[in-house]
This record gives sequence, C-alpha cells and structure tokens, in this order.
Amino acid sequence: MASSENRFIATMTGARALVETLERLGVEVAFGLPGGAILPLFDPLFDSSIRHILCRHEQGAAHAAEGYATATGRVGVCIATSGPGATNLVTGLADAYMDSVPIVAITGQVSSAAIGTDAFQEADIRGITFPITKHSFLVKEAAAIPQAVAEAFHIAATGRPGPVLVDVAKDALNASIAFDWPVAVELPGYRPTVAPHYRQVKQAANLIAQAARPVVLAGGGVVKADAADALRALVDQTGLPVVTTLMARGALPDSHRLNFGMPGMHGAVAAVGALQRCDLMITVGARFDDRVTGQLSSFAPAAKVIHCDIDPAEISKNRLADLPVVGDAGLFLEALGQRLAEVELPDWQPWLDYLDGLRRKYPTWDGGDDDAAVIQPQAVIRRLSELAGPEAVFVTGVGQHQMWAAHFVALEKPRHWLTSGGAGTMGYCVPAAMGAKVGRPEALVWGIDGDGCFQMTNQELATCALNGIPVKIAVINNQALGMVRQWQTLFYGQRYSNTDLHTDRVPDFVKLAEALGCVGLRATRPDQVDAVIAQAMAVEDRPVVVEFVVPKDAMVWPMVAAGASNDDIKIARDLAPIWEEDDL
Amino acid sequence: MSTVQTLSVLVQDKPGVLARIAGLFARRDFNIESLAVGPTERPGYSRITLVAVVDSPLQAEQLVKQLNKLIEVIKVTQMEKGLSVRRELVLIKVRADSATRGEILQIAEMFRGRVVDVAPAALTIEATGGYGKLRALRDMLEPYGIRELVQSGSVALGRGSRSITDRTKSDKAPPAAG
Repeated sequence: MASSENRFIATMTGARALVETLERLGVEVAFGLPGGAILPLFDPLFDSSIRHILCRHEQGAAHAAEGYATATGRVGVCIATSGPGATNLVTGLADAYMDSVPIVAITGQVSSAAIGTDAFQEADIRGITFPITKHSFLVKEAAAIPQAVAEAFHIAATGRPGPVLVDVAKDALNASIAFDWPVAVELPGYRPTVAPHYRQVKQAANLIAQAARPVVLAGGGVVKADAADALRALVDQTGLPVVTTLMARGALPDSHRLNFGMPGMHGAVAAVGALQRCDLMITVGARFDDRVTGQLSSFAPAAKVIHCDIDPAEISKNRLADLPVVGDAGLFLEALGQRLAEVELPDWQPWLDYLDGLRRKYPTWDGGDDDAAVIQPQAVIRRLSELAGPEAVFVTGVGQHQMWAAHFVALEKPRHWLTSGGAGTMGYCVPAAMGAKVGRPEALVWGIDGDGCFQMTNQELATCALNGIPVKIAVINNQALGMVRQWQTLFYGQRYSNTDLHTDRVPDFVKLAEALGCVGLRATRPDQVDAVIAQAMAVEDRPVVVEFVVPKDAMVWPMVAAGASNDDIKIARDLAPIWEEDDL
Repeated sequence: MSTVQTLSVLVQDKPGVLARIAGLFARRDFNIESLAVGPTERPGYSRITLVAVVDSPLQAEQLVKQLNKLIEVIKVTQMEKGLSVRRELVLIKVRADSATRGEILQIAEMFRGRVVDVAPAALTIEATGGYGKLRALRDMLEPYGIRELVQSGSVALGRGSRSITDRTKSDKAPPAAG
C-alpha cells in the first residue's frame, strides 16, 4: 500500500475508483464477463493497466482466478454481473473456500433502490455465498468502494486464505466520489494469529524427542504459507519422515527419500501405513479431511497429534489435538527446527526401515504393460510427467485421472500442482490451467483432465486461443465417469447406471479442440504416446488438446472404501497389504 | 451428553451480521435455543446473547471458534452459570374474570410480575427472570387458561466489574476505546 506521502485525491466515479483501487493494490490480471449491472466498471477497465481476460462462462473466470492465485501466490480476481453472472461464480467460490485459495470476486448488483424488489437479474449473491466465502461485502455507496475492495484483498490473502466477494450496486458504480488513497483497513474483528507460541513449539520439540515413530503430515497450508523450504530444512535436519496430502503435493520433492507420498482413500500404502502406525503425528496445515482419515475412530490409533494451523477452528475439529499450535506453518516449522537443534533426537532408523519396506513392497500400481494394444492411463500420465520435466505446472480435474496424476506426476516444487481437493469440482482443470498460464506465462502448463470433466468447462479453450494462453490439456478418455464407474464396479454390483459417456462416439475431441482454436491430437496406442506428447510440446502459439484413449475398466488403487478404516486399504481388488508390524 | 451453553457475542453492527451467525449455526449443525440481539454501550457494536444446545465440550469449542472466524465478530464469551446474570422477559395473556382475577394477581406478585394490560376477560402479565422461574410462573397460570404467550431470548452479562471488552482471552483484540 502507498505511504502517506503518496496520498492521492481525485474526483471520479465509483467504477473508476474501483479500477483505481485494483491497480493500486497491484492487480495485473482479472478474469470476467460483463453484463448490465457491472457495465459501468467495464468502461474504465477498458483503459486500465489491468489485463482483463474475457471468459466464456463465469465459472471459468472463478476457476481461472483460483489457478492464477495458486500458481503465483497472489490474489486472483474475477468479475461478473448480477444475477446469473454472479451465481455462475458460486462453484468457483465454493471450490476456493474448501481449498483456501485467495480470490476476490467482484459482482455487479442492481441499483440500490431496486434491491429487494426482484428486479431484472437480481440475486442476493452475498446471501447465497455466505457459507462459501471467507467474507463478503455489499457496497451500496460509491464512497465505500475503495475501502471494501482493500479490505477484501487483505482478508483474502492473510490468515487462512480464502475467497471474498464484493457485490457493488450499479448506482454506486455510477456515482461520483472523492477518491482518497490510501485507505485504512479497519477490521477490529480480524487479527489472525501468525506467530506460534514459543511454549507450544517447545512442547512440540519435546514430544518429537520422545517419539519412536513420528511422521509429519503436511497439508495444503504448507504450500499456502510458502513453507516448503522450511519443511525441507526441518526434514533434512531431523530425518523426520513426511507424507503430503493431495493439496500438499510438491511441498516436499517426490525425489526426497523421506517423502513417503500421499495418504488417504487412494493413498500410497507407505503413506497410509505411516499415519496408521505412527506414535506422533506432526500435522502442519492439514485439516483431517475424511478422504485422509477414513473411518475417524480407527485413524492413527496410537498417535499423539501435534496440530499446527493458522485457523484455530481446524484444530480438534475432526481429530483431537494433543498439542494445538495456532500460527503460520512456515514460522512453526522454522521455530521447531531451531528448538530441535538443541535436543537429542532418538534413532528412528527401525521406523524408517519399516516405511521403506512398505514403499518397496507396495509401490502404487502403474497399470503395468501387459497389454501393448491399449494405453494404460497411469502409464501415460507418468510419461507426460517425465517428458514435461520438473519445471512444468500440472493442473487436474477430479476423478480417476486426478488420483493417477497425484501418484504418477513427479513433483519437485510447490505451486506446480493445482487440483480441486476439498470440493472435488469437476470442470476445474481447463480454466484453472488458463489462470496458471496467465500468471506464469513462462511455465509449461499441462492440464490432465478426464473426458467427463473436460466437457464441463472446455469452452475456456476459446478464451485461451483468442488471448494467447497456450495451455496443454491431456484428456484421459475412458469413455465414462470413471471414478463413479469404479464405485459401481466395487459397490453397486457392476450396475453402470448413467456413467457411460459414450465419448468414443461423441464428441470428437480432436475436432472440438480444432473448433475452439486449438491443436487437436489423439493417441489410441501405446506406441503413439511419446510422439503426440512431443508434438504437443512443440506447439507454442496455440493451446493443444491431446486425447489419450484408455480402457474404461482401469481402476485407481490403492483404495480405502468410503467409511472403512485405513487399515483395510486394498492395493488391488481383494488384495490387502501385509503390515508386518513385528518388524517395528 | 448435551448441555446448554450461553454465549455472549460482541459484533460490529453491520447489515447481514445476524444472517451470518444464523447461517453458521444452520450450516455447522448447531442448535440455537434462543437468540437476543441489541445495542451496547458503544455505538456501532451490537451484542448477541445466544443459547445453544451442544453435544459435547468439543462441539462447544468448535462453536466458539467458528463464531470467532466471522470477520464482524469481535469477541465471544462463554457465560458460565453462577458467574453471569441471565434474564428473559415474558408477556402472558391469561384468562381472568372477577372470580379468578384476585388469585392471578397474587401469583403475579409472587413472581414479581407486573400487570401491563387489563380487559374484562383477561390480564396481561409481564415478568422477567431466568428460564426456571418463568417456567414456574407459566405452570401456575396454565390452569386459568393462557390465551397468548411471548417470550424473549435470554440476555446475559458477566458478574463483577469487568466488561466483555476488557478481556483479551481470544485471538481477537477488543476494539480501540472511543
């Protein structure tokens, strides 16, 4: 924010003041779609330094803002008009709320005099989004615009990040005000605790020094807090083993010997085993989602839990914390490292050997190569990762391809993995990849999507084609809503009710891609995979869609059935790992 | 085991704050038994007294934490029984004729109630007190025939000289004075 010497006062419309505020907050990009109530804003936006990317659907704008935010660590911005424009943002806001993504949504609202009269394109978007936003504002006076927007950015980006909505009445956009910058952020009820209490850090260190089988459960908060370096340093210093949740993929390099992978419903056996068998869980920025814990009552039964989160409400929400620590993940990990440097640590080698043994014995099955005639989805994702390299940013949709990507994309860095975790939003991939590419134009951005997900939001490829956003999307086409089909196979007696998408017939993804201004490619046999990936990588001026036709019966393993104990994980159908606890 | 929790919530008096709190209860599956909202000694701030039924101490803790997450919530205090004064207000319109009016007036007096309206066939009695006392009054008047009854939510203040704004137990600091 500008210092007081840089005070700037000028008379302008509320709309101009809103644009001015965004510019002064450092906004470079916004994703949106105009309409009646927000029209006054789009006029000054036309002359602004802010690059506005005209999306094809507001849901796309919201996910693009998320993709931008996650890839860059900055606040993403989306803009929509009142009524249906605003309600189309809802899925994106819900997604950002579940995954703590800092975005600000600016929506037009009907004129203040018309609010409450069921006016044309009126919707109470603030009321609709109460449960899925960190905070929201309804601005009915032009003079209140700059402060509301400044506060929205502050709330979105600080503490536990999240989406904030600013709904602005049309007459407020049109009225004249004396714009006076900077504005003071006045939020007496909002003071997130950032620094962890030293006594808690000391106690955490003592618990670690007494543990025989400790494990760090790193969650998305580690990435959000830019604490990956602090995690790496702590792990290298102490030799603590780590598991990373879906949202924390990349928080510790996959190549690190102490990274035992992703736990959860489709977690690696070693990661699930590490949580189930540990006697101390050092949980940082994770929230014990049911997809991680499985049946809560049998989750990590012997573990004492240290739980650090910047959101106190996450602590002891699902799993009782023996030692709660409220604060920033990075500051906690650093303080813990300093404290542990003064403490003698026990020998964890037997425990690490046990985990290494699990990892060796139960690698996540990659689909094998027993049938050279068909492309295995796991294999193609692994190959994509190998050819794209560790600098590439990967974005996924939701379902089987997402879980395969979580296992077979080798991630070495944080903010290189964008996925819809908590909300499980099909349709996230294409627009989020667009947002990531806009935020990091130098990066190679690969979307890995399913044929179901892709059909929900692929129209944003038109946006990409027209705005010079050359993303690459791999469509793993198994002709079905694969994950739902997998559940039907396992739990509904192979009765495939409404999961066959017939994507072998309609649509023709290559033609669809071409119609949207992209290069369209297809591989149907394993021997074509490398060639189409190379072809896709060679295209720099346009988005590319590569369809990989895979069999519909491929399943995601390992798997813990919904509501079952993590101890009952299966590495393939009816095949359970042998824990060999005697080795401990 | 479910228990009743009384919470005092100091909030910024902004449009929508009550909807946020009510929505939070609905969304997180908490039960509101009563809710009272009104102005405070400080302009721009309202105080909400909430009585909630919670299943466990952990759920009570969640409730306080979730309320604290709301940006417009300044402070949440759990009002412990014995350490706080709690009052509800009831207005009861009871059937009364020349034969029963005297008895009803006596009952009202026992409960330190006041008659606020008289009609040939009814009396309206105003009384304040805790939940138990008002329940007893109602039971006593029931045989005469209660025509209408309206009761406020509980309001509560901590005992002693301290104010909700001097305590900084939570991570939310009190607003600057003035």
